[in-house]
Amino acid sequence: MITLTINGKEVQTPKGSTILEACQQAGIPIPTLCYDPDLRLAGSCRMCLVEIKGRPLYAASCVAPAENGIVVETESPGIVAARKVILELLSARHNFNCQVCEKNGNCKLQDYCYQYGVKESRFNYGEPTNYPINDPNPFFERDYNKCIMCTRCVRACEDISIVRAISVENRGHHAKISTAFDGNLTDSPCVFCGQCVMVCPTGALTSKVSAGLGRSYEVDKVLTTCSYCGTGCTLELNVKDDRVVGVTSNRTDTGSPVNKGALCVKGRFGWDFINSPERLTTPLIKENGEFRKASWDEALDLVAKRLGEIKTEFGADSMAVFTSARVTNEENYIAQKFTRAVLGTNNVDHCARL
Amino acid sequence: MTNSIGELEKDANCIFVIGSNTTENHPVIGMKIKKNVLQNGARLIVADPRRTDLAKIADVYLPHLPGSDVALVNGMMNVIISEGLADLDFIAQHTEGFEEMAALVAKYTPEFVAPITGVPAEDIRKAARLYAESGNSAICYAMGLTQHRTGTDNVKSVCNLAMLTGNIGRPGTGVDPLRGQNNVQGACDMGGLPNVFTAYQAVTNDATQEKFEQAWGVSLPSQNGLVLTEVINKAHHGDIKALYVVGENPMMSDPDLVHVEDALEKIDFVVVQDIFFTETAKCADVVLPSACFAEKDGTFSNTERRVQRVRKAVSAPGEARVDWEILCEVATRMGYPMNYDNSEQIFEEIRTLTPSYAGISYQRIENGGLQWPCATEEHPGTPYLHKDGNFSRGLGAFTAIDYIAPGELPDENYPLRLTTGRSLFHYHTGTMTRRASALNEHVPTAELEVNPEQANALGIANDDMVSVSTRRGRLEMKAKVTDTIAPGVIFTTFHFTETPANLLTSSEFLDPTAKIPEYKVSAAIVEKI
Repeated sequence: MITLTINGKEVQTPKGSTILEACQQAGIPIPTLCYDPDLRLAGSCRMCLVEIKGRPLYAASCVAPAENGIVVETESPGIVAARKVILELLSARHNFNCQVCEKNGNCKLQDYCYQYGVKESRFNYGEPTNYPINDPNPFFERDYNKCIMCTRCVRACEDISIVRAISVENRGHHAKISTAFDGNLTDSPCVFCGQCVMVCPTGALTSKVSAGLGRSYEVDKVLTTCSYCGTGCTLELNVKDDRVVGVTSNRTDTGSPVNKGALCVKGRFGWDFINSPERLTTPLIKENGEFRKASWDEALDLVAKRLGEIKTEFGADSMAVFTSARVTNEENYIAQKFTRAVLGTNNVDHCARL
Repeated sequence: MTNSIGELEKDANCIFVIGSNTTENHPVIGMKIKKNVLQNGARLIVADPRRTDLAKIADVYLPHLPGSDVALVNGMMNVIISEGLADLDFIAQHTEGFEEMAALVAKYTPEFVAPITGVPAEDIRKAARLYAESGNSAICYAMGLTQHRTGTDNVKSVCNLAMLTGNIGRPGTGVDPLRGQNNVQGACDMGGLPNVFTAYQAVTNDATQEKFEQAWGVSLPSQNGLVLTEVINKAHHGDIKALYVVGENPMMSDPDLVHVEDALEKIDFVVVQDIFFTETAKCADVVLPSACFAEKDGTFSNTERRVQRVRKAVSAPGEARVDWEILCEVATRMGYPMNYDNSEQIFEEIRTLTPSYAGISYQRIENGGLQWPCATEEHPGTPYLHKDGNFSRGLGAFTAIDYIAPGELPDENYPLRLTTGRSLFHYHTGTMTRRASALNEHVPTAELEVNPEQANALGIANDDMVSVSTRRGRLEMKAKVTDTIAPGVIFTTFHFTETPANLLTSSEFLDPTAKIPEYKVSAAIVEKI
């Protein structure tokens, strides 16, 4: 174990830990933007700077190792002043239109500017950035006028999705996230899994499918299991006014044991069939080749009566049930129990073969 | 899966993917495999007639012809045995039937197998050595392996391969079917099959039957029932009078759709219970509206046997109701009262009758899920099966399997092999994804993948409209000329009601054991329109 002093308190941390990890273990909050525990470290945004007594330079705590005997200050006047300048630098080309931003209320840049009282940047040289917001993909918006170049999206694409569709082009004030040849995502290897959207700390990357449907602070998040393939990814349905308005990831080991927050394009952006106007909303009975609406009582009575008649006339084995790989375990159990105990046949199967 | 998804990212030193386009059909598993290969240095072997994303990063890519899987795997085993790479200790201690299997594969030399599979002999040798010599090797497969008249043989072949090298019963090894539907594992576990109750307890076993008769208070049939494809065939002959379909869409998913439609028309009474008015609902007498996954509580079991919670987030639209409630209503009206307060109460009943689920409760899976078998409340769940080579039947059984050609091989009139599958952007019969706005906008139609060599010979350019015909039917769609598909093979997806690919597939050639149709090989002809 390593012993160090943070804000006057002695802290122990396993050898190999960073100062940031030591702070997190000790419950000392450190602001971070480019840091993500699941991604390769970048140490680039400098928000997590801390002061180490006796050292000439402030250290980025996300990459600085915790060392025996060092004395660390995380909110000293010098650090606070530095963070203010850093926020001004990071937001030099950030388009602060928070009132219409999808990420309003769920934006780390907004939170830190608020926390440190940074209202404008003296480094924007009067030039608003003007990157076109025109990627034609139907899944997510790319608004690089809100990008702070933390590169979490690039690293998520490399380290979680292993797709490598995007990288950083140019340097300095002109640096920008880009596909090869700065084209559209549809012309890149991008698979639209949206891991980049998941890790983006600002409003640069946001879901188009959820746009305008609800702020993060207005929605309830319900943890459930994806209904597409058999991987069993966990996802959070975002609910506002009894309506699903989006999907987000739970990134904890217990909340998301299979996928740890990673999703695919179907899981993250393919949820709005739930609200489709084509959903069936009432029982239908076919009469003379045409369907008409019916009450539950009428439909259920008809089903029970006809199944009973057919059982009597042709025997149980003239009937079959196709249960479903789509419905729950409980429903499959009930479906086979119904087939065996009520209809009296073992003719029950589902599309495992198909 | 014998093993767990996470092991493919960390523990496997070599992964053999056969008949699975993992990055499109199981994208998150695909990410884990890619991570292991590109960042941890795991080796990768991919056998697939299409040069998938995984094939592009594979150490060895085997573009074998659809339907030649047994020959390919026998070829690999031939190399492993003849080069002394078999795990003879494991074979001696934990298996039986090795000699017979070894005698059979003796003739499957790489040179013998090469013309059957279309794969160069040297690549078969490389793949065999890599799989046998990498330490922990895992096999992943999907419907590309199973949807053949020899589907059962194909699966037994990869089991042979795993046992031959002792690659079973440790993290990062095993035989891992990547299952295609959210709860296909659970539907099987729950006895949604004609021959078993929950946890694969045979309906023909007297003691099991008695157990369920006591629990359910009713006498039960003891004969195996009909599988789905048999139901359709029997219906065709007028022998099925009533069909109750819960959340399935045979009018898109079953082979030879003209045959399916004829069959459904001959059934006196068809009930369809679904969330949308599907192609199958059109053939129904009564359609019942049900709730989707976001509108109900319950559990799904994923491909690694992990039982996880499904939680209700919103109300179902209109009068739609959850599926179990509807079935209980019908049962009650038929004189067998079925009453449950909630899904948890049903799960508690399941536990009492299902040994592998007995230790699982809603409370225990509140955070993270549990992998069966899980016999008691203290059992931590089972991340991988057959630990230390202990198979459920005692000794692992090798099976000597000869190669059998697909039912419908190319001929003069139908010179190509059509194979079908899914796109990343759609799911199964498209019922959900065709109504998911972004997915459908991004990929609104099917395409026919054609190799450039083939396209050239037929005078077809990219995006040309073409017709594709088999003995069952004809479809028109855009051609996608791509060198990611082997010459002589064409591919399309089966999601689109406008171009239902299963109009083309055959219901004639079923696997004799699993009764799975041969979706992956149909003799076809392509013409420019």
